[in-house]
Amino acid sequence: MSDAMSEQYSTRERLYRTMRLIRRFEEFCIKLVRSGEIAGGIHPYIGQEAIAAGVCAALRPDDYITSTHRGHGHVLAKGADPAGMMAELTGRVTGLNKGRGGSMHAADVSLGILGANGIVGAGAPIAAGAAWAATRAGEDRIAVSFFGDGAVSQGVVLESFNLAALWQLPVLFVCENNGYASTLTVDNAVAGTIVGRAAAFGIPAARIDGTDAEAVMAATREYADRARSGGGPALLECAAYRFDAHHTWEHKSFVRYRTREEVAEGRSRDPLLVQAELIGSETCERIDREVEEVLESARQFALESPKPDPADALDHLYATGLRPRAGVTAHA
Amino acid sequence: MPKLSYLGALSKALNDELARDPSVCVFGEDVRVGVANITKGLVEQFGPQRIVDMPLSEQAFTSFATGAALVGQRPVIEFQIPSLLFLVFEQIANQAHKFSLMTGGQAKVPVTYLVPGSGSRVGWAGQHSDQPYGLFAHVGLKTVVPSTPSDAYGLLVSAIRDDDPVVVLTPAASSTDREDVDPAELGPVPLGVGRVVRPGSDITVVAVGHLVQEAVAVADELASEVSVEVFDPRTVYPFDWAGLAASVGRTGRLVVIDDTNRFCGFAAEIVSTAAEELTLTAPPRRVTRPDGTVLPFALELDRAAQPHRDQLMDAVRGVCGLARKDP
Repeated sequence: MSDAMSEQYSTRERLYRTMRLIRRFEEFCIKLVRSGEIAGGIHPYIGQEAIAAGVCAALRPDDYITSTHRGHGHVLAKGADPAGMMAELTGRVTGLNKGRGGSMHAADVSLGILGANGIVGAGAPIAAGAAWAATRAGEDRIAVSFFGDGAVSQGVVLESFNLAALWQLPVLFVCENNGYASTLTVDNAVAGTIVGRAAAFGIPAARIDGTDAEAVMAATREYADRARSGGGPALLECAAYRFDAHHTWEHKSFVRYRTREEVAEGRSRDPLLVQAELIGSETCERIDREVEEVLESARQFALESPKPDPADALDHLYATGLRPRAGVTAHA
Repeated sequence: MPKLSYLGALSKALNDELARDPSVCVFGEDVRVGVANITKGLVEQFGPQRIVDMPLSEQAFTSFATGAALVGQRPVIEFQIPSLLFLVFEQIANQAHKFSLMTGGQAKVPVTYLVPGSGSRVGWAGQHSDQPYGLFAHVGLKTVVPSTPSDAYGLLVSAIRDDDPVVVLTPAASSTDREDVDPAELGPVPLGVGRVVRPGSDITVVAVGHLVQEAVAVADELASEVSVEVFDPRTVYPFDWAGLAASVGRTGRLVVIDDTNRFCGFAAEIVSTAAEELTLTAPPRRVTRPDGTVLPFALELDRAAQPHRDQLMDAVRGVCGLARKDP
């Protein structure tokens, strides 16, 4: 969102706008998956928007985040350009990652977005390292590691808890508990509790309502201020519900692991409606219109942008510009 | 002329780069004490903020280095055991290596993975004796195996200065080597450039790491019968194909000796590319560990599973059409 645009809105309205942007962005993307414009599909974030919006609203532009394979919400909320995101997802050279990363790797390093990540839990140590480096450089930036409930059983996440607590690093671990690791329920995956795992490392932790953007923002602000002033890491467990499939391929594979009743109940607490009630329908309509315009121009930008040249398939493989030797590159 | 030891060269490279560039830092297990004799004394000079003893959390601290590198630091991780690289393959191959391409060139990950004591340290058995350079080369990581103290210095310096992740595997069998060298003459050795260690005209032997010395010994021993050129690629990936082509252009024959597993191994790659692209006057051969080797413990078994000087001698003789020497 541009600065001029952000000034039009109060914090309350900004949260709604961010959530609405994420929601509609993904609804656009699901259509583009079905029409074949987005290859491979996406992991929809719909239902969890209040977490990305609330957390990122409490961060500074120069703070770092690491994201997940369900990363669109985090990346947009941290300020990535929706047109660049859409172009990335549709594999265009104008994409955030020049069409090299796609949905699961969207990044904008200039905004502190150190990448969505296709490996569950992999971002936690990266965030810890970035936080360490910021501290070493004498900066007061913090790093947020987003991950799902599935990640709390990954060793590397627990190892990262240890490093962050040991050295009191300015890291905020944000666990988005949507109840499922792909199709495995949290009850069948997590022994003990998620906040209990943080407590074992001496890390303060709280379980909050992840459908209430303002509650998420307030809790994040408290922990972020604490981390920024040397108080060390914290963990926020944000409870929410994933409205849609784990991945858009579920529409084709017809896997069934949730009842209609459960989905209906989960959808009944819609974070967008929660926030909409706080700002009134007129404001909502104004913001909704503005979001539609942003997305329509993003869609046009993406679909009218050039596709990459196959001869450039391995550009950027090395930061130093090294390329595979002649004759080895496929289809060159 | 002062004697430079192999481990001393690695230590000096770290010292010099830490002094030259404040973004260089060292992570690892027991690095403050310096159990591998490479990081000894660094903490006194550069402080615990830059020489960081890590808890036993290889997977976390390997990606921790990636995170630090993404935002401007230049970490060197010292791994005490080469087989630990299997544990952190996710963090190196799947994370650090992929960031540049996946982000369309936005991110760089200048981390150096320094693995002293690679390969067999006799008696260290199955889980401490791997030499996994082929694995990293296969993935496309810049992978370096220095064979001399001055190369150990120069290649480590280049690895640290490089903007991509680089794996530096230094063979255990080289760690006691010493070389006459004036420290003032030490400098960076570029990645990807091999070296003709010993010129010859009848056959090229490609040797990596500590096996370069073995190859030179074999060349000396056979000198009255055949003229052997020894080529040390120094960097396993990217490989110096131009250097090899020039050498094979002179000799027309090729043997590769390589202390990794045979199947899908480094030697297979060199031999097959030479067969595709170079003119060979005789079928090439490989001297390697056997397929899928796990190094056994007992001394005799450990040595039996590693490429040996006698095997190289036989391979050279065979490719050159000389009679096999009676034992």
